[in-house]
Amino acid sequence: MLEIRNLKASVDGNPILQGIDLSVQAGEVHAIMGPNGSGKSTLAQVLAGHQAYEVDGASRVSFLGDDLLELPAEERARAGLFLAFQYPVEIAGITNASFLQAALNETRKSRGLEELDSFDFREVLEEKMKLVEMKADFADRFVNYGFSGGEKKRNEILQLAVLEPRLAILDETDSGLDIDALRIVANGVNKLRSPNRSFIVVTHYQRLLDYIVPDYVHILYKGRIVKSGTKDLALELEEKGYDWIREETAAAL
Amino acid sequence: MANAIAETNKSHYLASLKQLGADGLPAWAEAIRREGEARFRAAPMPHPKLEEWRQTNVSDIVNTAYTSLVTPTTHNITPDAADGHFLGDGSWTELVFVDGYYAPGLSRTRALPDGVRVAGLGEAIAAGDAVAKEHLGTVLGKRGAFPALNSAFLQDGIFIHVPANTVLKTPVHVLFLTTARPADTVSHIRNLVVLGESAEATVTMTYAALSDTTPYLNNVVDEVVLGPNGHLQWHKIVREGAEGKHLATTEIIQARDSRLESFTAALTGKVSRNQLCVRLVEEGASCSLTGLYINNDTRLIDNALDITHAAPHCSSRIAYKGVLDGRSKTVFTGKVNVARDAQQTDSDQLSNNLLLSDTATIDAKPQLEIYADDVKCTHGATVGAPPEEIIFYFRSRGIGEEAARAMLTFGFAEAVVAEIEETALRDSLTRHLEAVFRVGGHST
Ligand SMILES: Nc1ncnc2c1ncn2[C@@H]1O[C@H](COP(=O)(O)OP(=O)(O)OP(=O)(O)O)[C@@H](O)[C@H]1O
Ligand SMILES: [Mg+2]
Repeated sequence: MLEIRNLKASVDGNPILQGIDLSVQAGEVHAIMGPNGSGKSTLAQVLAGHQAYEVDGASRVSFLGDDLLELPAEERARAGLFLAFQYPVEIAGITNASFLQAALNETRKSRGLEELDSFDFREVLEEKMKLVEMKADFADRFVNYGFSGGEKKRNEILQLAVLEPRLAILDETDSGLDIDALRIVANGVNKLRSPNRSFIVVTHYQRLLDYIVPDYVHILYKGRIVKSGTKDLALELEEKGYDWIREETAAAL
Repeated sequence: MANAIAETNKSHYLASLKQLGADGLPAWAEAIRREGEARFRAAPMPHPKLEEWRQTNVSDIVNTAYTSLVTPTTHNITPDAADGHFLGDGSWTELVFVDGYYAPGLSRTRALPDGVRVAGLGEAIAAGDAVAKEHLGTVLGKRGAFPALNSAFLQDGIFIHVPANTVLKTPVHVLFLTTARPADTVSHIRNLVVLGESAEATVTMTYAALSDTTPYLNNVVDEVVLGPNGHLQWHKIVREGAEGKHLATTEIIQARDSRLESFTAALTGKVSRNQLCVRLVEEGASCSLTGLYINNDTRLIDNALDITHAAPHCSSRIAYKGVLDGRSKTVFTGKVNVARDAQQTDSDQLSNNLLLSDTATIDAKPQLEIYADDVKCTHGATVGAPPEEIIFYFRSRGIGEEAARAMLTFGFAEAVVAEIEETALRDSLTRHLEAVFRVGGHST
């Protein structure tokens, strides 16, 4: 599904991602952990196609057979890539329903499917809103506008549910959620898991991985994946903290 | 050169006043005309050297010898054509004016509470209406040449009077239609709205045109009196024709504890200048002035707000937003004068502008004159393009940049419209924005 080879990216000449290799197969869930500033969001944003990052010419990323780095952001999304933002933006004046209807129809158009009219789209939306236990009036509220932190995160998962991507990257969707909200978000994600849908879950907290159980856990440190393992790695990390990784990495250099 | 033309045109207007003839206006109304004429003679025509017109170039208007309409135009507007502009569900009183004159045959009058008057001002003057007589001409200050000219040509417009302790539950809509009348004609439209003590009303004034090719001018003056503890929701929607020009002065005087919520939308028209002057003359009065302007092509939009805090414990709020495209020119002035006695004044103002083109220009300035020492006055203005982070958010959802910008522009304006309490007006404006920014409608 996703093959990342030697991905390097920088901002204003400052290297951030320093050579990342990662393979994600269909249906797998990969967790990425790592201290603040290690490059987790950068990886997510680079994959989603953010223009602020200069990607090294030797980097290769293939997604479902496409050369991902060649595609503009909107085409990546239409091809089935989804990013749940760490900090979702607020969009005054545009309702959740009209935003998502436009988004879904862009993807449908690109696949040669007929666009959904407002009426049919409503049905889809209402069903998906139940999945993330969102109150009906959120459909007609402006996108993330005046939402609480938890509501914004839940709204990202709603978008995921409506757009039905092949690969979803969740950037700290669990941060700042209380336990009830976390359960709702995790339940939503688990219901969306399927043999042909993969997830990359960026998190600081092992707690999330009790709910969304990953197949692999990777540790990103200073722009590199320095350790990979199973979910036990997350437990080990929780117990020992990052100093252990820092020391190991320092010793290896 | 320009001055010479302006002076010639001034003489032209003064000469054309004679066409009003002896039309039997009562002496008190005739006196308003005479005073208007005298003020017009004394006032300079708008000119870039005058502070008020420094950024607002209306030389097109000043240099045109408009023919003042002094009798109703002949037209063949059918009630159906007028209905298309109505807002209400049938229960509203919706009065139609054609080229500045009341058109009863096109209007919808509905039963109103006892004592409420909604009528043509010309009729009210002729009938010697005591309220019209008491207030007409008393609210308008010295606002320069065109408002004075409006007084000099005093004839018709809307007259609304809601007596004390009376609540108008259904909104009143006044529709000023401009027909494909002879080119370069001007209507001098004069409106008077009076709310008594604890009276409440919602009034919407729409200016629309039946032709996008006729060059014309509407020279409007509104006088509004808000009695003690009165509450007025005042909406003004400018949808003039593509060649239509709109010069308006709205002057509002607010008594103790009265509340004004004003919303002004400048949507279409070659020139739209909306001067809005509010005087808070007694304690506890408050006004909230919001606005939306959509500017493009080579159009000119000027919102000149002028609030006077003359008494303590009053509050005023200004929040205007605009979308600026093409080679359009936009002016926004938020003048707030706080008199020495107006302690505990609370005043804030914001002007947010979405700039879509490098060739559109905006001059947005607050102008605070504060003579009291215990006040809270804030102001702010922003001019910018939609933030890249928001565009990226759209793109990450599969929506391309162009569509994203269109949706964001729509959203910027829609966020203003969403604040309007009156549902029918809100929906009508949303539909307008959807059409202008080509954003698909949604099911709600
Ligand atoms: N657009 C940008 N401009 C400048 N610097 C950036 C930009 N994006 C990321 N960085 C820098 O790159 C480094 C990695 O940031 P990134 O946000 O990817 O970290 P992170 O692992 O997601 O951290 P956190 O756990 O705090 O979310 C940081 O030093 C950050 O300041
Ligand atoms: Mg991050």
